[in-house]
Parts: sequence; structure tokens; C-alpha cells
Amino acid sequence: MTVTQTWQDNVYDALKAAGVGIVSYVPDAGHARVINRAIGDAEMEAVVLTTEEEGVALAYGAWLGGGKAVLLMQSSGVGNCINMLGLVQSCRFPFLALVTMRGEWEEFNPWQEPMGRAVPAVLEAMAVDVRRAETPEAAATLTAQGAVDAFGQDRGVAVLFSQELIGAKKW
Amino acid sequence: MTTPRDNLLDRRRAVVELLRERSDLVVVCGLGSATWDVAAAGDHDRNFYSWGAMGGAAMMGLGLALARPEETVTVITGDGEMLMGLGALATIGVRAPGNLSIVVLDNRRFGETGMQESHTRLGTDLCGVARACGIPHVLEASSMEEVAAIRDALHRPEGCLFARIAISAAEHERVLPERDGAKIKDRVRAALGLS
Repeated sequence: MTVTQTWQDNVYDALKAAGVGIVSYVPDAGHARVINRAIGDAEMEAVVLTTEEEGVALAYGAWLGGGKAVLLMQSSGVGNCINMLGLVQSCRFPFLALVTMRGEWEEFNPWQEPMGRAVPAVLEAMAVDVRRAETPEAAATLTAQGAVDAFGQDRGVAVLFSQELIGAKKW
Repeated sequence: MTTPRDNLLDRRRAVVELLRERSDLVVVCGLGSATWDVAAAGDHDRNFYSWGAMGGAAMMGLGLALARPEETVTVITGDGEMLMGLGALATIGVRAPGNLSIVVLDNRRFGETGMQESHTRLGTDLCGVARACGIPHVLEASSMEEVAAIRDALHRPEGCLFARIAISAAEHERVLPERDGAKIKDRVRAALGLS
């Protein structure tokens, strides 16, 4: 079997290169490859969450101990993080999230649209920088840059992976 | 201090005992009274005090415990704060790092907001939840001797620990620690050898 390096593998490799040691996630199909890479990596802590805000607090705790964590979630999960994101400002904690977008391109499920539409405004309201990847190349590049900025400057950065990039969910 | 109406433990005495000869323990405090209790027991550069982010203390403890397996991490929080992040017990149970302990000071009330009854007064058994989530070591205390046993377990962990201390609803004067979050964070990191 030939193993092809996908753009999601490039994203994972960018996280590793940035020194990320904890990947927390609420699963999404668009993140499946990165999640599986993390689970299969003996040097990575892969933490499955019951809700996305757990991953925000987990990242703060990791940073207290000198660790770097990333939160993987779907756009609907951004809304579950709002209050916990306050510590990006009040404590200047770094925060890095990769967000797979729903509700914006060939979306079958209209219930995904409201939160999908609100994602940039919600993140910006909590002082998290929003960067949007629409191509495979941009996904890995923005992940690498986001990690540098988040952990190097004590900032919050979210990289949004557009639904067109991921591909619409098959029903 | 108001007079307790029952024979439950005094929260300040319990926390002083928990942190007796604390050595290198790193303490993450839950929002509200637990933070005032830890501050009252004596300021320490390994204390992370919380002035917000209700529901996040246990998960902060997990992140710290995973990032620094050689350190001993204790979360001290209240029933209301723990209840807001109850899913964290499921998440912690999956990995259950042996260097993480979570201690809940349970007065069965939302103490900061008018002493409204919490879920632990109305039926929720936090130790039962912790056991059901797979946390391997669960202790309860309703006497100072039992608090001392929890204190010892923080330093000689037999696996990830969840402990509940039944405290009285008696209120204490607030003891307010540093309020600048960046200073609180940077001080803990410096104490752990980080810049």
C-alpha cells in the first residue's frame, strides 16, 4: 500500500515542527487524519474532549508547565469556548486552534449555518486572531505561522479550514 | 466567620491541612472561594489563582500534569466550579495521569452568589461520578483525620486521585491574591523553570 502525504499530514507535521506536544479534539471528519496521526504518535498526547472548552483550559494548563497544545474542533465548537477564551486576554495565555468550517459551502444541514457564520466574529470578539485557509498549501503554512505567533507572542490564533477545502460532508 | 450550623469541616482548616508541608506541589485553584482559601493558607509561587474561567480548573490541571509528568499537580476547587465542567472528569478518566489530584471542597452551595443550593445538595454524588468516569483513586473526607489522609495521598499518589471534602457552608472573609492574570501565570512558569 502506498501511503500518500495529504495536506492534513502537512498540517500535522507543521504542528510537530512547532513543538506541539498535546493535541486535544472533539472529532470532526475534516480533522480525522490529524487526529489519527496524533493517536498513533507515541510522542504526542492525544486528548479526546467532551466539549471544546475543555481543550481551551487544557491548553492553558499545558502552557503553565511549558507545554504547547493545539485544539482541533469544528466550527460549531467555537461557540462552546467563548468564556474560557477570556484568559487569552486576562492572562496573556497562548492559544492555538484549528477549526474545520461547516455551514458555508455545499452544506446539506442548515442547522450548521448560524454558528458557522458567527465563527470569525466570535473569535475576534475574544481577541483571537482569525486566519482562513482555502487551499491545501495555505492550511499547512497558516498552521505553522499560527503556532509561531501564538506561542512566540502569547496570542490567540485560530486557523479556519474552509468547507470547500475539506469537502462537504457526504449524506 | 459565621457560626456553622452543622458539624461539617471548616474549609480554611481543611485547606491548611491539605497544603501542610506542601513541598513542590503545584496548585491550580478553582474560581471563587477555593482561590481565597488557598491564598489564606499562604501565598506561593506555585499557586495558579483563578478569577474567571469557571469550569476550567480540572482541565487546567490535566494540561499541566500532561506537560510536566515529573511535577505533582493538585486542583483545589468547589462543587459549583466542578459541576460546571463535569465532563472534564470523563476526559481525565481516559488518561488518568498519576501526578494529578483533584480535590473538591463541597459545601453543596454556590457560595459566592448567595448560598443557593447546588446539585450536590440536590442529588449529585461527585465521588460516584468520578468513579464512573474511571478515575482510579477516590477519597472522601468528613473529618480532619480523613483530610490528612488526602493530604498524604497528594504526595504519594496511587494513581490519579479525586477527593471530596465535606465542608460547612460557613463563610469566611475573602483573602484576595494577585489579580493580574499575566503575573499569576508568569510566576508559576518561572517557579517551574520557564521564562
